[in-house]
Order: sequence, then structure tokens, then C-alpha cells
Amino acid sequence: MAKILFLLALMTSLTGFGKEANAEVAEEGKDIKTEIDAYIQHHLKDAHDFNLFSYTDGEGNKKHVGFPLPVILWDEGLHFFSSSKFHHGETLAQSGDKYYKLYHSKIYRTDAEGTINYDEEHHPTNVKPLDFSMTKSVVMIIFTGLLMFWLFRSLARSYTKNDGIATGAGRFFEPVILYIRDDIARSNIGEKRYQKYMPFLLTIFFFIWFLNMFGLTPFGVNVTGNIAITTALAVLTFLITNFTGTKDYWKHLFDPLGDSMPWYGKLPLYVILIPIELLGLFIKPFSLLIRLYANMQAGHIVIMSLIGLMFIFKNWIGSPLSFGLAFAISLIEILVALLQAYIFTMLSALYFGFASEEHEHAEAH
Amino acid sequence: MTIPRIVGAGLIVIGVGVGIGRIGGQAMEAIARQPEAYGKIQTAMLIVAALIEGIGFAALFATAEA
Repeated sequence: MAKILFLLALMTSLTGFGKEANAEVAEEGKDIKTEIDAYIQHHLKDAHDFNLFSYTDGEGNKKHVGFPLPVILWDEGLHFFSSSKFHHGETLAQSGDKYYKLYHSKIYRTDAEGTINYDEEHHPTNVKPLDFSMTKSVVMIIFTGLLMFWLFRSLARSYTKNDGIATGAGRFFEPVILYIRDDIARSNIGEKRYQKYMPFLLTIFFFIWFLNMFGLTPFGVNVTGNIAITTALAVLTFLITNFTGTKDYWKHLFDPLGDSMPWYGKLPLYVILIPIELLGLFIKPFSLLIRLYANMQAGHIVIMSLIGLMFIFKNWIGSPLSFGLAFAISLIEILVALLQAYIFTMLSALYFGFASEEHEHAEAH
Repeated sequence: MTIPRIVGAGLIVIGVGVGIGRIGGQAMEAIARQPEAYGKIQTAMLIVAALIEGIGFAALFATAEA
């Protein structure tokens, strides 16, 4: 324990050396705060090339270490080229007779000079082609999918080979899977129907958990902090809830009072009640997506801001303190990664449970 | 960073803090009353905290600037 504390103290104090390295950056005239701001914004967004890191070498050239990804656009025809044509946003890419410019991680169609027309709020008004590119997030999703496939296939195979006992790395996942089956699925959905929903719940749990964890690594992939991806997951929950809903589910939605009142008594109530129920139908998955997106995005912003704070404080007290704080917040983010995956899965199971309710209270109606 | 935005963000954080603090406090009391139900109470507390936090984050993103 004392050795760990000593190592931690040593690491945090070494960040005080950063002040010499950054002296040249400040003299360039660029305010370091705007530079950090731009750096953070760039890292929160998706990118069309897998840029591991970039550095400035001795002559002042910016060098990037990474590899470009294919750009696939649909703009009156299919355009397919490598994102190295963009040169990290410095040049235009020409495909056929159309020119494209990469501006803040989005691709716009421009003319040969690369003009971008802005409106009053400084948002570009150029035409955007339909972008089906393989961006960093897509690569991460495919990688996570393959990782999950390999991991759980080997777990399943180890069951058949070892007569019901798991071996290898899959042993770590067995209690997690059992927890999802017993405490999340069975208690929310009920004994009769929980088997149908198990594949989706398991997939969503491990998918979100692994993606959240990959977002914390230095590769800089912010997948679940992308509102498009969380929207897709929430839409899946929404579709599954409504397409596997029993008749009682829809009955409770549109006719909650049932036979207890005559129709002329129910009508004024339903004028208010049914819009609220319909609104609730959409707000429940919407809160799922907002919760996951905001938690992940805010976590990344906080960690990167604290690391940036390390470069603003160029003395021996501020930098190590900021590093220590960033380190502590990173540990909390590891907990939040697991917690958000658990919450998403649990609430999805809860909504599935609502959708598959049976008509138990026969006498009350 | 106009004043109404800042005041709004502060109010949101007060609301979230009060909500999660209350649920945490009542969870502590419940655990003290019945220590063997620690697991279930902890699970329920985390679920409610995540729900409150979800609303808080959504509201915070509404007060942020473009």
C-alpha cells in the first residue's frame, strides 16, 4: 500500500516538468486556453481517420501517427476515397467533379476553392452529402462486436468442452451473465417470457460496457458519447418494447380504466390521459439515450479539461494537483462506465416487463 | 455564459444534489435498520440516483451554449 502511494506521488510530481516543454507553445501567440478548447472539441467528435496521436517534430511540422479510413459518400452517385485526401482537414478532396471539405469532422460539398458559407450563428450552410463513411466510431463498434463475438463464443465452447464448467477468461463473465439473467431479466419480465429478451439484454449490456471502457483508453474513441449511437440503441429498445407488447399492454395504454366507467365518463378523462400516456411512451426511451450520452460526454469533457488544466498551471503545485484530480475522476469514470451499462439494461428490462404484462386483475375490471 | 444560463445551471445542480443526497441518506438509514438487505438497497439506490442524474444531465445540456 505504501509503495502504491509513493508511486502515485512520484508520478503526479513529475508533471511539474511540463512547464519547460510548453514554453514554445505559449510564445506562438495562441492562447493556450483556446488551443485546449479546440483540442477537447476535436476529441469529443467522431473523426474520419484513426489518429492515434500527433506531435510537432524539430522543424515545427505536425506529424500524425495513425491510419486513414475510407470515406463513403452518396451525393448523386457513390463516392469512395480514402480520408488521407483530406490531409487532416487542410486540403480539399476531389472525387469526380465534386469537391469536399472536412470542417469540424463533417464533410461539406464546396467548389474548387473550398468556400464555406456561414450563416449568422457561424454554422456552415453548404450542402452536406449523405455520409456513410467508416469513421473511428464505426471501426470501434466493429472491433467491439468482433471482440464480444470471440469472447462469448470461446466461453460457450468452454462449456461444451469442460462439461458445464467455464474455463479461461470467460470465467469472469459467467457471474455477470447470471446476474443479468436472474436479477435484471427474471425479476422485471417474469418467469414466462424472459428468455425471449435475454439475447438483446446481454448484448446491450456488454456492448455499452465495453464501448464505455474503450472510451477511457488513450486511443481517444468516444463512441457512446455520440448521440447518434445512443439514439440507435434507444430506438432498438423502443421497437422491441412495442413490437412484443401484448394486447394488455396496448389496452392499458389506450384504455386504462376499462369497464369500471361508462364511456361518457371516460371521454373527458381520456382527452387528458391518453396524450400523457403517448408522451410517456416516447419519453422513456428518450431518457435512456440522453442519460447514456450525457454521462459519457460529460465524463470525457471533465477528464480532458482537467488534463488541460495541467498545462495551464505551469508550476509545481498546480500541475500535480490537476493530474491527481484527473486520475481520481478517471477512476470514477470506470465505475460510471459499468453503472451506465447496468442502468440502460435494467431500464430496458423494466420497459419490456411493462410490455409483457398479463391481465392479472380480472376481478377489478 | 450569460447570467441566466449560469443561474439555471446552478439551480439544476442544487436540485440533483438534493435529490440524490436524500435518496442516499434514506438508503443509509435503511441499511442501518436492516444490514442484511444491503445488496438490494444498494441496487435500488443506484437506480434512483441514475434516474435523477439523467434528468439533471438533460437539463444541463439544455442550458449549455451552442
